[in-house]
Amino acid sequence: MGLMDLANPTRFMAVSQRILPWMWGLAVAFLAAGLYMSFFLAPQDYQQGNTVRIMFIHVPAAWLAMMGYSIIALSSIGTLVWRHPLADVSARAAAPIGAAFTFIALVTGSLWGKPMWGAWWVWDARLTSVLVLFLMYLGLIALWRAFDDPARGARIVAVLALVGAINLPIIKFSVEWWNTLHQPASVFRMGGPTIHPALLWPLMVMAFGATLLFLAIHLAAMRNEVLRRRVRAMQITAARGVATAGAEDGEPELA
Amino acid sequence: MSALSALFARELKLAVRIGGGALMAVVFFLIVVTLMPFAVGPDLNLLARVGPAILWVGALLANLLALDRLFQADQEDGSLDLMVMAPVPLELIVTVKALAYWVTTGLPLAIAAPLFGMMLNMPSEALGAVCLTLAAGTPGLTFIGIIGAALTVALRRGGLLLAILVIPLMVPVLIFGILATSAAVVVTSPFIQPFLILVALSLGAMVLGPIAAAAALRFGLE
Amino acid sequence: MSPPQKPAFSGLELIGDGLACVRGGRRVFQGLSFRVAGASALALRGPNGVGKSSLLRLLAGLVPVERGTLTLSGGKPDTPIAEQAHYLGHLDALKPGLSVEENLTFWAQFLSGGPVRPERIDAALDAVGLIDLASLPARFLSAGQRRRLALARLVAVTRPVWLLDEPTSALDTEGQDRLFSLIADHLKAGGIALAATHVDLPFTVETLNLAPAAMELRA
Repeated sequence: MGLMDLANPTRFMAVSQRILPWMWGLAVAFLAAGLYMSFFLAPQDYQQGNTVRIMFIHVPAAWLAMMGYSIIALSSIGTLVWRHPLADVSARAAAPIGAAFTFIALVTGSLWGKPMWGAWWVWDARLTSVLVLFLMYLGLIALWRAFDDPARGARIVAVLALVGAINLPIIKFSVEWWNTLHQPASVFRMGGPTIHPALLWPLMVMAFGATLLFLAIHLAAMRNEVLRRRVRAMQITAARGVATAGAEDGEPELA
Repeated sequence: MSALSALFARELKLAVRIGGGALMAVVFFLIVVTLMPFAVGPDLNLLARVGPAILWVGALLANLLALDRLFQADQEDGSLDLMVMAPVPLELIVTVKALAYWVTTGLPLAIAAPLFGMMLNMPSEALGAVCLTLAAGTPGLTFIGIIGAALTVALRRGGLLLAILVIPLMVPVLIFGILATSAAVVVTSPFIQPFLILVALSLGAMVLGPIAAAAALRFGLE
Repeated sequence: MSPPQKPAFSGLELIGDGLACVRGGRRVFQGLSFRVAGASALALRGPNGVGKSSLLRLLAGLVPVERGTLTLSGGKPDTPIAEQAHYLGHLDALKPGLSVEENLTFWAQFLSGGPVRPERIDAALDAVGLIDLASLPARFLSAGQRRRLALARLVAVTRPVWLLDEPTSALDTEGQDRLFSLIADHLKAGGIALAATHVDLPFTVETLNLAPAAMELRA
């Protein structure tokens, strides 16, 4: 299914309506299997005990936090290059979902860290980078909401999203530098390539299930956004169409 | 009385609907809190010590953020004219607008502060203290701030001027707010004395602020 | 369209005597006197900048009276004229984030100082032809529709004196007709209307000609 087939919003609505139940079903199935594996099949860590199970939520959430921003960045290119309304719909729908997964990553990271560090929050490089990512999500959402007219805001927000995408590696790099300046070596390092296969499998299933969940929510949110814009268009038509509206009134004030 | 409750309801509705205005201050607060460790380093002991100061300065700045629009928005669309003409005293109208501003800005800041305090490794007693002192102190900040908002209502670029005008006036609130909060971090300093002074400052501002702001609004009319 | 039930005002008279107004250090007018009885309208005329808007704002209590006296006899005693008057200025006092109905309901409650029955709001919206748009956010309204909504405020809350600053601006002919009939209803109920307008009102009005040099009242 190419992107161009879905380019027409009406077509998109029809196709997405058929796909969506399958995606929900698959996401729930994989998450259920993943959660069962995480909580019952995966062994305890010899150092961390049961706390290690937070990883099965935390790592997929952190991964989806970045995927969410990638979706926004790619959609923003679509908005700027092809000026396609669905690209903006996709970016806009992804932002709150990405922010939510980023928030989950932050909270689970904090919970995971508590027994490890003795503090709810440690300004280590990973956590801090994710926090900055969270702030950028909030900035995007706020900028979108600041525009009454979604069409007018679309390209402006796309510019911010791309500037953010270019900046993210720089932010990550400088945060790491800042962190190593202050805290040499002793930083806790999790996972890595040495992860035990018994932990890896549940993690992979959870990651796949969570990704499906993200995509299903994203698709549903896109449908909502398309509908929201239709409602808006109908409201404008209603305002202009009433017999007493008067032809001399000129443009409605959208600002 | 119903005129005032209608105004209060309208202010809340507008704050929630327009651009997520109510949460903007909390996000700004979070950004200020995030910036500080970058500036002073991630040393948890140091952060715990300066935590009350970071939270109070952050909350003070965040509370200023939308203040310049408090009367300006109503002035630009003509609502302020009708409010001045109302049978209700302008002082009460100003009070209600300030209270609504506090509910949508100051109160969320006070509620979010313990969470941000956690990120600064503040001990749990200090988290309660910062929530309590901000809840008691932000009304003072708001009611001092509305004086500046009323003074700059007719100015195009009033936002920066507003901050310069009112921040010096907020110094006492800041001092006693931080003193009371620090009491929970530093065992030797007393809590109740500075806290009572903080409450007194807030109550005083709630009396003086509306009178001054209403006078400024009346003189600013053209 | 049925105009809402209005209590009749009786024995109203608005008298301005030797009024002077200063705005921005400039004397806009002085020695201005006029007299409007109940059930009649006064049209303010004159070139731009002569002080028509200033006089209306002065009556609304938004500009201080420099000299002279202003009295409303037959109104509520010990109440400023501003609190017995509707002021329809150049600005519509609407919030784009609120719906048409919410905007009007707020002003009706705020100005009347008490709960307002929804039928009253609906009747006012009907009178200005916006009833079908009641639930629409005000941001979608055109300039003329915004004007109508501002006008609905005057219908929703009963006040004896209407101060209208260019009330016909942005209104189409149908909207103007509605405005004129609303003013006519208001006058029929014994109310007073002052309007700064260049449009000829389709009912008998007295005219106050403002001129920079000499001020005179022509009946």
